[in-house]
Amino acid sequence: MSNSLFGPLTDVQGDAGYEDHPPRMGFFTDTSVCIGCKACEVACKEWNEVPEDGIALSGMSYDNSRELGADTWRHVAFIEKPLHPTTSDLGLPGMGPPGWQETDAAPGHGDQGAESGESGVRWLMSSDVCKHCTHAACLDVCPTGSLFRTEFGTVVVQPDICNGCGYCVPACPYGVIDLREDDGRAFKCTLCYDRLKDGQQPACAQACPTESIQYGEVSELRERARLRVAELHEQGVDVARLYGADPDDGVGGDGAFFLLLDEPEVYGLPPDPVVTTRDLGSIWRSVGAAAATLLAVGIGSFVGSRR
Amino acid sequence: MVPEPEFESYYGRQILKTPTWKTPDVPLYLFLGGLAGASALLAEGAAITGRPALERVTRVAAAAGAGAGTAALVHDLGRPERFLKMLRVLKVTSPLSVGSFILAPFSGLSAAALASNLTGRLPRLGRLAGLGAAALGPPLASYTAALISNTAVPAWHEAHRELPLVFVGSGATAAGGLALVATPLAENGPARLMAIAGAGIEITAAELLKRRLGMVAEPYEQGRSGLLMKTARAMTAASAALTVVAGRSRALCALAGASYVTASALTRFGIFEAGRVSAEDPKYTVVPQRQRLEQRKAEAAASA
Repeated sequence: MSNSLFGPLTDVQGDAGYEDHPPRMGFFTDTSVCIGCKACEVACKEWNEVPEDGIALSGMSYDNSRELGADTWRHVAFIEKPLHPTTSDLGLPGMGPPGWQETDAAPGHGDQGAESGESGVRWLMSSDVCKHCTHAACLDVCPTGSLFRTEFGTVVVQPDICNGCGYCVPACPYGVIDLREDDGRAFKCTLCYDRLKDGQQPACAQACPTESIQYGEVSELRERARLRVAELHEQGVDVARLYGADPDDGVGGDGAFFLLLDEPEVYGLPPDPVVTTRDLGSIWRSVGAAAATLLAVGIGSFVGSRR
Repeated sequence: MVPEPEFESYYGRQILKTPTWKTPDVPLYLFLGGLAGASALLAEGAAITGRPALERVTRVAAAAGAGAGTAALVHDLGRPERFLKMLRVLKVTSPLSVGSFILAPFSGLSAAALASNLTGRLPRLGRLAGLGAAALGPPLASYTAALISNTAVPAWHEAHRELPLVFVGSGATAAGGLALVATPLAENGPARLMAIAGAGIEITAAELLKRRLGMVAEPYEQGRSGLLMKTARAMTAASAALTVVAGRSRALCALAGASYVTASALTRFGIFEAGRVSAEDPKYTVVPQRQRLEQRKAEAAASA
């Protein structure tokens, strides 16, 4: 079993046909130190000349870019969560908005995720990006070969080949890639392929003032991430967990993975994504059986109506 | 009534992207692919068994269905002028790629077979082309299920075992139905049988699908997509019953045939719409995945 479609894969580029290649590069986004400055969003737009995609207020906290898409390759999510009360409500007047209770959440809730003053709100911020999956569904289903695996193990669209069929869009288990409306082709994060080839780091990582976005070799980043989680657990932040760092997960691990302080779905991430091509064998077998059934129906229709 | 499951989300927003495939282009193509594929089978059977009227009708259906389907697919592209990029590579991981290599030769062969049938020229080559189209017919009618199943859309992906059967059943009812509309009684026996068999396969497979998928199948039963599916099922069942009792009535056969064709199209639009609903509601992404995680956790705890 070569694990080309599913499961852990130690040499992603080798599996894609590269003989000599640099190490696999990726992102470790440590959301515990994200301050929600959106420098990553701006740097990405500027460097990659990503078009404007609507300037409007969403009503979702400070998040006005809403989601990743053809014209948003870094997206900072803002979550305002009321803290869980640890004391019983005595019905005394409080300081926060109606319905929210004052709490005495444990201090030292990591650098982020600390309560903000009297409002009893826990802030979560996270810069989301294309996951550059080990088993990338967008790449698998692309019928033109426009989406390809780079020598760095990242997944990139070649705009001169994409014909806008849109197959990658519903294939992505994270809802990352999309078609650009006026252009018709698919776009997403390239992990700054052009900069990587020049030995530079991606624009978002360079712009991040808190090193929430860390760029480097995936193997090294995974190690760094494990140490960081252990450190946070030691500080009492037991909600810290890694997302996408496990090579045994449904996509063989992400090239861009995260340290989160709550369940993935709170950040708009799928809790247990699986690459659709895991079931490719079963899918084609079912199609084969159905085709054979139709052939039998066709033959039977004539045999059954002999005159 | 099952209580609505509780789950967390980011401001209630969808996690997956809504498929960008356009309506009516893509659901219409799903329908036309089934119609054309199964019609090519009927055409070859009619040629072998000497049913010239049935052969003519089904050759038209195969060629026109494939032609119109190809046009719908090309129109759906974000960059239609680049449609030939589809044939740049062949990838088994992409049903759209495999399908292009089924649809392209099918279109050519079915058109050639029809041209020969209409003009009477090159009869042997025409028959050979028809045989080729008949061989590609079942794959054409079934691969479209892989096309939509090989995505992250829960209602499509989780249904990947049953959808191909639903699709070939629906294709058989469409092809049999269209032939019933336009073929004289003396030659429509195979069309009747194909349509009845198709109806049975489609309805049974759709029922199995809904039972196996549980809450993920909700879009097939509720809302606009559910209404489309229910209407299609009722019409398919009614058409099958009508086919049985139609006897020697040409008018009743034509009525049943038209109803089959309409129902087949409604099925495809219903399945397509169900996918859209399934992608846009985070419930269908989060709840099954959460259950999966909890189950794994419980299993790990049990084995520890």
